[in-house]
Amino acid sequence: MEMIELSIDNKLVSVQKGTTILKAARKVGIDIPTLCHMELHNMSIENKPGSCRVCVVEVDGRRNLAPACVTEVAPGMVVNTHTARVLNARKTIVELLISDHPYDCLVCAKSGNCELQSIAHKFGIRRIHFKGEKSTYRKDTSPSIIRDVDKCIMCRRCEMICNEVQTVGALSAVNRGFISVVAPAFEMDLEHSPCTYCGQCVSVCPTGALTEVDSTHKVLLSLMDKSKTVIVQTAPSVRAALGEEFGLPPGTLVTGKMVAALRRMGFDYVFDTDFAADLTIMEEGTELLGRLRAHLAGESNAKLPILTSCCPGWVNFLEYNFPDLLHIPSTAKSPQQMFGAIAKTYFADQIGVKRQDLVVVSMMPCLAKKYECQRDEFKVNGNPDVDFSMTTRELADFIKQSNIDFLNLPDEEFDNPLGESTGAGVIFGNTGGVIEAACRTAYELYTGKKLETIEFENLRGTEGIRSAKLDFDGLTLNIGIAHGLSNARRLLGDVRAGKSNYHAIEIMACTGGCIAGGGQPYHHGNSEILRKRRDAIYSEDKGKIIRKSHENPYILKLYKDFLGQACGHKSHELLHTVYHDKSNNEVTIHHD
Amino acid sequence: MEKQITQQGQLRIALRNCGMLDPENIAESIARDAYQALGKVLKELSPQECINILKQSGLRGRGGAGFPTGLKWEIASKSQSDQKYVVCNADEGDPGAFMDRSILEGDPHSVLEAMAICGYCIGADKGLIYIRAEYPLAIKRLRIAIDQAMEYGLLGKNILGSGFNFEIKLRYGAGAFVCGEETALIHSMEGKRGEPTNKPPFPATSGFMKKPTNVNNVETFANIAPIILKGPDWFSSIGTKNSKGTKVFALAGKINNVGLIEVPMGTSLREIIYEIGGGIKEDKKFKAVQTGGPSGGCLTEKHLDTPIDYENLIEAGSMMGSGGMIVMDENDCMVSVAKFYLDFIVGESCGKCTPCRVGNKRLYEILEKITQGKGVMKDLEKLKNLSYIIKDTALCGLGQTSPNPVLSTLENFYDEYYEHVVEKKCRAGHCKNLFHYVINEELCVGCAACKRCCPVHAITGDKRMPHYIDSNICIRCGECIEKCSFDAISIQLEPKILV
Repeated sequence: MEMIELSIDNKLVSVQKGTTILKAARKVGIDIPTLCHMELHNMSIENKPGSCRVCVVEVDGRRNLAPACVTEVAPGMVVNTHTARVLNARKTIVELLISDHPYDCLVCAKSGNCELQSIAHKFGIRRIHFKGEKSTYRKDTSPSIIRDVDKCIMCRRCEMICNEVQTVGALSAVNRGFISVVAPAFEMDLEHSPCTYCGQCVSVCPTGALTEVDSTHKVLLSLMDKSKTVIVQTAPSVRAALGEEFGLPPGTLVTGKMVAALRRMGFDYVFDTDFAADLTIMEEGTELLGRLRAHLAGESNAKLPILTSCCPGWVNFLEYNFPDLLHIPSTAKSPQQMFGAIAKTYFADQIGVKRQDLVVVSMMPCLAKKYECQRDEFKVNGNPDVDFSMTTRELADFIKQSNIDFLNLPDEEFDNPLGESTGAGVIFGNTGGVIEAACRTAYELYTGKKLETIEFENLRGTEGIRSAKLDFDGLTLNIGIAHGLSNARRLLGDVRAGKSNYHAIEIMACTGGCIAGGGQPYHHGNSEILRKRRDAIYSEDKGKIIRKSHENPYILKLYKDFLGQACGHKSHELLHTVYHDKSNNEVTIHHD
Repeated sequence: MEKQITQQGQLRIALRNCGMLDPENIAESIARDAYQALGKVLKELSPQECINILKQSGLRGRGGAGFPTGLKWEIASKSQSDQKYVVCNADEGDPGAFMDRSILEGDPHSVLEAMAICGYCIGADKGLIYIRAEYPLAIKRLRIAIDQAMEYGLLGKNILGSGFNFEIKLRYGAGAFVCGEETALIHSMEGKRGEPTNKPPFPATSGFMKKPTNVNNVETFANIAPIILKGPDWFSSIGTKNSKGTKVFALAGKINNVGLIEVPMGTSLREIIYEIGGGIKEDKKFKAVQTGGPSGGCLTEKHLDTPIDYENLIEAGSMMGSGGMIVMDENDCMVSVAKFYLDFIVGESCGKCTPCRVGNKRLYEILEKITQGKGVMKDLEKLKNLSYIIKDTALCGLGQTSPNPVLSTLENFYDEYYEHVVEKKCRAGHCKNLFHYVINEELCVGCAACKRCCPVHAITGDKRMPHYIDSNICIRCGECIEKCSFDAISIQLEPKILV
């Protein structure tokens, strides 16, 4: 590879041809400020439209300033990153952005996490010299995401992630000039767009233009209501990221403190979604084996591959984009919904509380879960199985509001019977985890033998599309894994074209899986954080005594006492669902 | 007709056939040498020989920036790829400019022929014309011309038995000014939002569908065939040291003869305005001429004898642009002129980069404040500083040149800015907040004609008694001046006194 030598702030730098000034500078420890630019290393995600112009630098011999994020180095280039001309330009650019931004930092959901706010602070901006009109738009609230694009700075990160990484195509720049903004086509509501609520746009938005619907207050009101029994379930990825909000290093598991905090906040029972994940494996694994056996017996209506169905963003994507393939995902509900269904039947009966007096709250790394729990399929006489779904970020805020000294809490255990889980339930948070958990159970149920090595290393990794062959005692099982919806689209395209030879496919909407979900603490473009969360999940699994779902004693008891058998009559009633064709999603166009 | 035009100091190369033939009949074009140059190139010249001829001729891009055409073709020819494209930029967007439209409507074959020559030189077999959908006649004639050229074997497979294939398709623009910028144009043709991207990569290495693409303006293409047929020396004998050939200008504004002209490079503004243009309307005093469209600037009396070429215009604080030329007289307010162009830019910026999207809006707002008589001296400083920062940081050519109208008027007409800000006066009587109408009591006979026509009932007065205009109600529509038969109403250049 050709190397290029240049000078940055009088330091000699040698980098590969094609490197940008920004990366060359970072290599020698010079941090050029950026705003629109964002890169998740090793995940092939980079946003560099070169649009904010905050990263401009002076290049000798060049007429105007050069944007460091998109300008490639050239031999002998002389770059200065902080001349007076550069500093003045940068400061003015940020002033211009703020001059078209609401001054409502005090009540903005993004306050403290806002990249525009921190860059304004860094540049010492105390006054905006440009007064003038501000571009204003209609606020758009969907079941999961709020668009308040008065705060949009046109960094285009959401557009990049929605179109390139997710191929959802819900968001793109509209209008010209001063009123340009990122919005769904025809300014329709997000709710009527192809949006899957994966929330990746929210996770990369540098300002408060895209945020989650905040359920904290509604949950608070339920906790105040003495007539209600309020229970909570927590997803595996939440415990691997929550600590970040309290200053702990990424990857710190805070399961015990999280349980203790929830108990002090007034939840009557603190349960674990991982329990429901084990239940999901029982149902999905059994379904997989059923379909596989039918296929091996040569039945013509055997539907393979089977697709995992625990990711609601992915389910939305399927319903909108692949309505002809609605028959192939597993009919098993997601762990969140299985938990709700069991809580409001089996558990409500156990504690003698009426369904309508039991409030189920879920703590999720996800925004699509907010939508999922509102789906009509998951309600009984209008009463939802899960009442409120909150994100990891909302949970952290809630703990802070509750005046709890999180870091000094003792570690506590989940309540039973819905709090006991295996390592298989934990790894749901990582890409490849669901299928690994399913295989641990399916292997033993199919072969009748004990699994020698519990970890399926060949199912793990970060490649967008992975495939593995598993040996089920002579039977070779072809497994496909996709994370990030563009990868899902590619795998699904093969399935649709009849070119796929997979028996089972795991799909996660978010790149990396739930650990990088739209409801997680903001990563601000640091992919190292995501890697550490992933490792934390696997280490939690490793530390568990029971690591296979079908060995969870409370699951076995649940089947014995209540459900009967996996994929049996009662399971179908409570734990399985149907999918709908949403390709003709009603389009509402606003003219205001 | 040709002779008459030549006598006026004009020289028609790009416009050579406009008005001379039926553009819907290829036979008439062929009778005037269309496709002769293509034949010559295909039979007698190698691609590099043809490129050398263009390099020797000194032809530079007529779209505005003036990049040497031969060099551009050479870069594209050297790019290695299985597929290349020739693109004709017919997204003419400057207010008041219609050079490209006239060529496409009057002589479409000159462009098609040159695109085929370009295809041969750079190794492309596909051409695309990006034309604004607001040019229906040009589109119709291009379609007819392409069909006829295909029929005659002058486009399509194995052109003139040479083995060279070239086909041309049309792509329609929806009328965005920024799509004249080549990277934005390419994105628009790809079906994406018409937005520029950082250069490099230049289209010559990665353009349409990421393939090497040569983009030239309509007028540039219209110059190619004559250069091939008459030779590079003929072409380079016309014009100035670094700007060869002719340039088409669209004369507009306060000038007697408006319309298209084509003059050799190096012609002075004085010749254009007073000889070809026939002088200023109603013999008023010349004030400025705006060249280069919204990215250009204003030239004043002191530039009247400057020979027009790429370098001189830039030195004078303007630019060649695509060739718009708007003449202004003493009744034009230069602050308002700058505001007009900024208004255009604010609406036409693609909105991608911060300085262009927000910065130009803020410039416009400061200008508006000044024309409303609310400006302070600090605003002038602010205008200048912000203008320089926008030029320094904007992403594309549109943004980098957008403050030019402000800077050139600030430079050449600082007095007018000063008057607006300090004296609250608009000497041109254009800024409605900075003058008012008064009725001369001695001349007014009290006929009430003004009172009856006033749309906002600002005029009062009894019959046969002098009338009075209430400036606080008056909207400065000027209707009363028109109606008064006694010249009793006049403009008073003092600010509106708000009560």
